[in-house]
Amino acid sequence: MAEHTPLSLHVPAPPTEEGGRQSSSLPFSAAGAVRRPPVDVDPREIRDLAFELIRVLDDDGNAVGEWAPELDVETKRNGLRAMMKTRAFDSRMMKMQRQGMTSFYMQCTGEEAVACAFQSALRKGDMNFPTYRQQGLLIAQDWPVVDMMNQILSNSADRMKGRQLPVMYSAREAGFFSISGNLGTQYIQAVGWAMASAIRNDTKIAAAWIGDGSTAESDFHAALVFASVYQPPVILNVVNNQWAISSPQSIAGGEKTTFAARAHGYAIPALRVDGNDYLAVRAASEWAAERARRNLGPTMIEWVTYRVAPHSTSDDPSKYRSKAEEKGWPLGDPIERLKTHLIRTGEWSEERSVQLAAELDAEMSAAASEARALGTLHDGPRLSPATMFEDVYKDMPRHLREQRQQLGY
Amino acid sequence: MPSRTMIEAIRSAMDVSMERDERVVVFGEDVGFFGGVFRCTEGLQKKYGASRCFDTPISETGIVGAAVGMAAYGLRPIAEIQFADYMYPAYDQIVSEAARLRFRSANDFTASMVVRMPCGGGIFGAQTHSQSPEALFTHVAGLKTVIPSNPHDAKGLLIAAIEDEDPVIFLEPKRLYNGPFDGHYDRPVVPWSKHPLSDVPDEHYTVPIGKAVVRREGSAVTVLAYGTMVHVAEAAAQDTGIDAEIIDLRTLVPLDIDTIVQSVEKTGRCVVIHEATRTSGFGAELAAQVQERCFYHLEKPVLRVTGWDTPYPHIHEWDYFPGPKRVGEALVEATAKD
Repeated sequence: MAEHTPLSLHVPAPPTEEGGRQSSSLPFSAAGAVRRPPVDVDPREIRDLAFELIRVLDDDGNAVGEWAPELDVETKRNGLRAMMKTRAFDSRMMKMQRQGMTSFYMQCTGEEAVACAFQSALRKGDMNFPTYRQQGLLIAQDWPVVDMMNQILSNSADRMKGRQLPVMYSAREAGFFSISGNLGTQYIQAVGWAMASAIRNDTKIAAAWIGDGSTAESDFHAALVFASVYQPPVILNVVNNQWAISSPQSIAGGEKTTFAARAHGYAIPALRVDGNDYLAVRAASEWAAERARRNLGPTMIEWVTYRVAPHSTSDDPSKYRSKAEEKGWPLGDPIERLKTHLIRTGEWSEERSVQLAAELDAEMSAAASEARALGTLHDGPRLSPATMFEDVYKDMPRHLREQRQQLGY
Repeated sequence: MPSRTMIEAIRSAMDVSMERDERVVVFGEDVGFFGGVFRCTEGLQKKYGASRCFDTPISETGIVGAAVGMAAYGLRPIAEIQFADYMYPAYDQIVSEAARLRFRSANDFTASMVVRMPCGGGIFGAQTHSQSPEALFTHVAGLKTVIPSNPHDAKGLLIAAIEDEDPVIFLEPKRLYNGPFDGHYDRPVVPWSKHPLSDVPDEHYTVPIGKAVVRREGSAVTVLAYGTMVHVAEAAAQDTGIDAEIIDLRTLVPLDIDTIVQSVEKTGRCVVIHEATRTSGFGAELAAQVQERCFYHLEKPVLRVTGWDTPYPHIHEWDYFPGPKRVGEALVEATAKD
């Protein structure tokens, strides 16, 4: 019998203990280095792509390689505008939360490219099943920001009637499924929605969204199994922003592998993409959407990005990660990177950026005034508490009518 | 009218609904090709194709989560959980998602869907094939909870559930699948064909959700029952000779409180019975409501005859199951002259 030393439990160490950025066992690929296979590729032939990083924009802002999408200048400018608008929106909402006009807010700083570029790959009628950090899906399609603000303020015009925590939007018209606080639940729902589209011989596709931390939820696994079995038209997005509140992605199981690689066990093709590269996100999204529309089945995409902002307005990242890490993230700022590209190609300028930022700030300010006039958490008009009893069921049952009366309505 | 078992009635409800509405889809573990471990979906895949009736991986959260997504798309999914005892992995999807989707999105998205699950004991199913988890659903705002006691109601209630705009938990007492069971486990099994409520029309009909029915009229005591316990109550009335009024609730939420109050005001006595464990069981809600609404008519405290507060045992099944003897004793106690 061999002698064994006592066992010990491995608990992945937080990156702050080393005082630097989060270590990744897998190197970042250079821009343009990863091949672009045809959409009908045999999934077994692209297994390596789950361990590469699809990137288009190099450090100087050149769009290089097979994944570089052919986009006209107006489309790229719209992309830049959508990301800047998303950031302006976040910034305004942070202010309103600090001013006490709402109880809560969640920014997506640093992750704007993922949602904004992805949305442009979808068509009317497709359905996103987002988490709470994909506001860019709405903003990129110019969904009225006042409507989003009304929800955040739980005011008299909130279509969710003040029932939901701020940022838990729902916008069926915009292909944006009702957000739930329960993590991971939407992932399998997206697969079910896509199955329904296939059952009805429809042409619509679904997009599932989840963060790195929530991939540990059982619904993630259920979604992959169902997607593998029924081959529905769904894009399975994993936004790896390295952090789940205070837990680094290593605690979610990312220490020795990638999240994209998870798909391999389910025979689902996967891409791993630079989530801060607007052009790469756009190209990969279109690739996966095309696969779905051609009935070639699901695709998983891991978007590698970084959660620059605190998890939420209730969070203080300085308690668990270093400032150096926040500043030193190697994939940079998605807005700066697309801007640099557009300036390099002579399609944009620093002055126009400054001007656009000012315009967007003014737009947010005007929208905020409009929303504020419709009420805030503490002031102004609000819906009758009687509405609390509505929509629990389609028709209000007797016990709810009685309880509404007990409340005085 | 043809006589059907509860299994055949449930199958007929799905058949009729799938025929009438292309949005209706049926799925779960072993539900498709094989036709279900209880035969409730036999022949449906052959008749409607594999995209309308299909087998799923063994994942309850997957089954119900996919159903929520399908319902959001606009299908009318009927998801089967093989045993109610195995619904727990799906509980998050049921409670956090299906039940609340309409409310949280203010009607932007809805979840018109049915989750069928065989429930209840009396079959030597032990811990994980005997549970009655209805109270875990009745406690959840946004769900309707239905439990039939006979083939006729099973078909009508299931069609009503499929057509309902809200998520419905449809509990099927598996002990009643092949015949009525009154708790006299030592007597021969009687098939449904001998029971008048096994007359099940071939065609479409509904039994309204939210309506109880008086199974036996009486004046001495009101018995509130559902599922298998309706038959146990009938046996207990027969065995004791007590003129009990037996109400088959059929729907637990929304509850038909009028039928209950009307009966208790007449009898002045009330016994609540269910197979599920006692503490915080649905009987507690029934007892509380009767107490609140019929206080001045009550001659005696409301009694509860339920499963014990233990996991469901194997060898001691008949000591656990609230059979006609225990229910009969409660009827005697409730009607005793002080």
